[in-house]
Parts: sequence; C-alpha cells; structure tokens
Amino acid sequence: MNTIIYLDNNATTKVAPEVLEAMLPFFMERYGNPSSMHDFGGDVAHDVERARQSVAQMLGADYDYEIVFTSGATESDNMAILGTLQYYRDKKHIVTTKVEHPAVLNLCRQLEREGYSVTYVPVDREGNLDIDYLFDSITNDTAIVSVMYANNETGVIFPVEEIGAFCKKRGVPFHVDAVQAIGKIPVDVNKIQCDLLAISGHKFHAPKGIGVLYVRRGTRLRPILYGGHQEKARRPGTHNVPGIIGIGKAAELVIHHLANKDEVQRVKKLRNKLEEGLLNQFPNAHLNGNKDKRVDNTTNIGFEFIEGEAILLYLNEKGIAASSGSACSSGSLEPSHVLRAMGVPFTSAHGSIRFSLSRYTTEEEIDYTLRVMPEVVNQLLEISPYWDSINKKGKPIGELAR
Amino acid sequence: MWEYTEKVKELYKNPKNVGEIPDADVVVEVGSIVCGDALTLYLKLDGDKIVDAKFKTFGCGSAIASSSALTEMIKGKTVEEAAKISNKDIVEFLGGLPDQKMHCSVMGQEALEKAIKKIKGQKVEDEHEDEGAIVCQCFGVSENLIRRVIKENNLTTVEEVTNYTKAGGACGSCIPKIEDIIKEELAKVVAKPEATAGTKSMSNLKRMQLVEETIQNVIRPVLMRDGGDIELIDIDGKKVYVALRGHCAHCVISDVTMKNLVQEKLREFVEQDIEVIEVK
Ligand code: FES
Repeated sequence: MNTIIYLDNNATTKVAPEVLEAMLPFFMERYGNPSSMHDFGGDVAHDVERARQSVAQMLGADYDYEIVFTSGATESDNMAILGTLQYYRDKKHIVTTKVEHPAVLNLCRQLEREGYSVTYVPVDREGNLDIDYLFDSITNDTAIVSVMYANNETGVIFPVEEIGAFCKKRGVPFHVDAVQAIGKIPVDVNKIQCDLLAISGHKFHAPKGIGVLYVRRGTRLRPILYGGHQEKARRPGTHNVPGIIGIGKAAELVIHHLANKDEVQRVKKLRNKLEEGLLNQFPNAHLNGNKDKRVDNTTNIGFEFIEGEAILLYLNEKGIAASSGSACSSGSLEPSHVLRAMGVPFTSAHGSIRFSLSRYTTEEEIDYTLRVMPEVVNQLLEISPYWDSINKKGKPIGELAR
Repeated sequence: MWEYTEKVKELYKNPKNVGEIPDADVVVEVGSIVCGDALTLYLKLDGDKIVDAKFKTFGCGSAIASSSALTEMIKGKTVEEAAKISNKDIVEFLGGLPDQKMHCSVMGQEALEKAIKKIKGQKVEDEHEDEGAIVCQCFGVSENLIRRVIKENNLTTVEEVTNYTKAGGACGSCIPKIEDIIKEELAKVVAKPEATAGTKSMSNLKRMQLVEETIQNVIRPVLMRDGGDIELIDIDGKKVYVALRGHCAHCVISDVTMKNLVQEKLREFVEQDIEVIEVK
C-alpha cells in the first residue's frame, strides 16, 4: 500500500480541504494587515473578526473578544498560567495534574525553581483524576488551577465541569487545556465555568502555528508579550491572518461535524472496531485508560513483552503511522509520564501504542491495520526473550520485571 | 523519527540470527524489562571457536539491530578475537547510532562479556554484585559499567553517560554521583608519556620543553573535553604561570582544576617541586 494510513491524529491532523481553500486568498491576494488604516487591510480585519466569531461559537463563548489568537496551545497555556501569576503576585501556589502536556508541566517545573509550589494531582490506574485530592489541595494561596480536558495519550476525559464549579465557588482562576477535546466532544466554556481555555488549530484540521486562548470577560491577566495593540494588547504581534482564517473555518467544520450524530458515531465505531479487534486477537494486549470516559477517537493499547518503538517501526514499514508511549521512540529513557502516573507496569508501558483516528479515517484503513497487526506483533514476539520465557518456561513475568 | 542508518534499518527489519540455539554452550541474559531493553545471547562453540550465535531481544529498533550486528560479528571468531569487540565496534558495524541509543550497543557488549566470562569458567555472579554498587536505581546501572563506558568511549559529560547506559535518564537523583565518577575517571585517563619526572635538576630549556609538552598532550585534552582550555603564560624557574580559558575560566572549581590537574600532572611529568600559579 503506498498511501499512508494515518492513525496519529492526536499528534497532528491534516488541514481540511475547506480550510485550505478558505486560507489561500489570504496569502497572495488579500495580504493586507488587519491593523492598517486602509481598506486593503481593513477588509481583512473583517475576515479576522468573522473567524473569531466562529471560534467563539464553537466554544460557546458569550463575547467574541473573549477569543485571543495565539501561535498555538503552548503559547496559550503559558499565557494563561504566567499571565495569571503576573496578576496575582502574592499567590505562590499552582494546582495541576501529573499527566498534563509538557506545555503545562515543564512550565510548572520552571516555576517551582522560581519559588512557586505546585501540586500535581495524581490519577488512578485507568487515568481518572483524583478529584478529591484536587479539591483538598486548593488553598488561599492558590493562584490558578490548570487541568486538561482530555488526555492526549489515553483520551481520558477529566471532570472539568465539577472542577470549574468548585473553583468558581472558591474564587480561584481555572484554566483548561482543551487541546485534545476540541473537535471530538462539545466544548462549552460556560458549562465548564473556566476562566481560561487553550486550544490548538492543528489538532482539528486547521494548520500548525495558530491557537486560541479563551479569556473570560473580566479575567485578570497580564500579557506575557509586549508590543502593539493587537488582540487588545493581550497578545500583541501582527495577526497570522491565514492561520486565523483557517482556524475559523475549522471551527465551523467542528460545529457541523459534532452536530451530525451519525458522523460522531462513525468515528467511535471505527475506534471500537480497531480496539476490540486488537484486544481479541492478542491475549497479551490490554487497554490503557478508562474505557468509557474518553474521547471517541483514541485508543491506547499496551502490548506485553514487545517494545513500542519496534512496533512503530514495523507499522511504519506497512504504511501505518501511530504513536507510542515507549521510552525509546520519544528519546527519553522512561516510558510516558502519563502511563507511569497511571501505574501501568513496565512490562506493557514500554509496548504501548496510541492509535488516534480522525473524521477522515476510513473503515478500509482500520481493516487493513487489523490485518497487518498480527504479523507485526508475532514477528516481535518471536524475537522477544520474555515471550519465550512465558511460553516455554512458564516463568512468571514478575520475576522478569524485577 | 530517529535518523537510523540504512544498516540499522536493514537489521531491524530483517534481523539475522534471531532465535535460540537449543544445544547452546552458553546462554546469557542482560538488561531487564524495566529498562525497556533486554537481550538473551546463545553461543555454540567448537573448541575455542564461536561457530554459531543467536539472540532474542526485547527493545527498540536499534536494540534489535545491535543484537543482530553482535551475532554477525562474533560468528566464526575465536573467543579471544570476540573478546576484543566493544560497543564501539558494534556502532561502527551499524554505521552509527543516534546518541540517545548508544546504550543499545553497550547492552550487546555486556552480553558478550558475560558470555566470555562464562566460557572461561569465571564465575558470573548476579550482575549487580559483580559489577559493584548500583549507581542509578532507576535503571539498575552499576558503578563499574559507568566507569567502563566512560573509559572506553572517552565520555566526559553526564549526558553522554546517560546516552550510553541510561543512568541518570529518569529521576536524576544519581546525577551527582555520575558526575563524581566522571571526574575520577578523567583524572585517570590522562595518558602517561614516558615518565621523566624525577628529582634530578634539569636545564631551563629542558624544563620549558617538558612543561609545554605536558600541557599540550596531557592537560589540554582533559580541559577541552569540558569545553575549556589552558594557556601557558610564562615559566620562571620552577614557577609556571598559566591561565584557564573557555568554560574552565568561569568554573567555580578552577582552583581544584589548577591543583589537582594542572599542578599534579606537571609534577608528575616534569618536576616534583613545580609550582603552578594561575593568572586571572
Ligand atoms: S537513579 Fe538514576 S535516574 Fe533515577
């Protein structure tokens, strides 16, 4: 097969054809700067505002100006947390989770070096957040609570609405990293009652390099960049117009997609077909993450006794792109911090593969994947000394895993 | 995606010598599933010749390729010849490995060494006792292994040690200890030219010549590994004036470097009562 079967949509997605089409005129014909005084720029400003409306609508925001365009979710997350801390200078405590994206985790680590204290709320074996732990950790010194909506590796959804209600009652600013939820489940900032919410364009068929920070009206936030007056000086810098047009169009498509229940069900069914197909075929495979409380496009499967990077390389040979929680494929030495936080045993954390679908995934692609997986897995089991031990010598894996 | 050489790709796609040798003369296991790499090596001998070698591996693409390379390299060799193979040779055979994957080649070397010990009838203890204290708890890496890779591969930084052994790659609590080991090894690695140091008096010219040589051949290479350098400013009798450059210039322990490295080496190789004075 020459075409690539792309099952790594939590890493990035393809730009939707409608999105590309909407963007194209803004590169060469309509390249005006929306901040200019002339009509050539001013007209573009109207398109930027229309894109803002689409995003606001997708997020259920009350006001368009609550949408701030950024370069992506990393910037949005940093802006939310740093900007809040800059405002509440006397508060030195942050609450987040152990399984956040590095955009939040690494920022928190740095803030710890600068004298902040951070509570990293744990998750259970299925990746569910310990919400009581989170509630208990909030103090009068807490400047911000930052929690992801859906986990990028397992797809597990966190109870952000409950957390939002609690934070509201306590008067603590609440930031949600909704990167992996957007486009997959309806995201409504008013239901969540969050003050800040970050999303990234390239995770829902807009291009890379464009993101949004939702900033609720009245939220206290200082900018982290200083420059012009763009985005009400909250995020200065010339607008990335094509990107903004792209994310606006992608937002329209999300609204459309999520309204079509059949389409949503189709993705879920394909995911389930893949998941069940794999779990049934391989007795040594199991699901990482809560089966029910998760986004419909993601499945993370641990294959015992074989290593993730090797699986990925073999899949790559077959034209399938997926992702692994294994240490080796990431260049780090420990398996994914998410799987470790969940207490997934090393025996299978090293062999975990994440398949993430998109609305463009076809049944044929899933069937093909199911067809080639046995060859990949068996080939690697053949090489594996552990599999060998289990098979022939009946040595319990615990002894090997010591 | 990693930049793997064609050879690595070829070998992980179609590894050679996969499997077991049912009547193997030697079977050794190294690594563990916790670390994410493990290798079982099977050897068949005829006299002192390795006539067959097979392996099973749990690990990434480069672990599979390294194991396969090892078996190809040792097949047909005598035990003595095989004993000379190091992880560097494995890397060379593969046309290189990404830095972060060097530990895969070390695993091959470890397995081979363990196998040779067995062949020679030396006791192969539980690795950990045999290998000295465990420095990195996260990955179960011993002090001796760390010392060995430092020596054999001229490693000078913690990052390099991590790339070769994984030690220090997780919680990081062993990093200070690794740093100490590197310092100790560095102090040792300095190649010893013909020791001329003695108490006999020597001519000024001879002394100058020896000081220059020792700085150039012995001291400078060590400093340069840490991104530093040294400049000889003046020699006045037995007083040698030098200035540290590069990283060493701002190093908080430059006094220690002066005393333990520069002065000590000059005393060892030139004259016992030489005094080094740092010019800031
Ligand atoms: S002890 Fe070495 S990394 Fe944790």
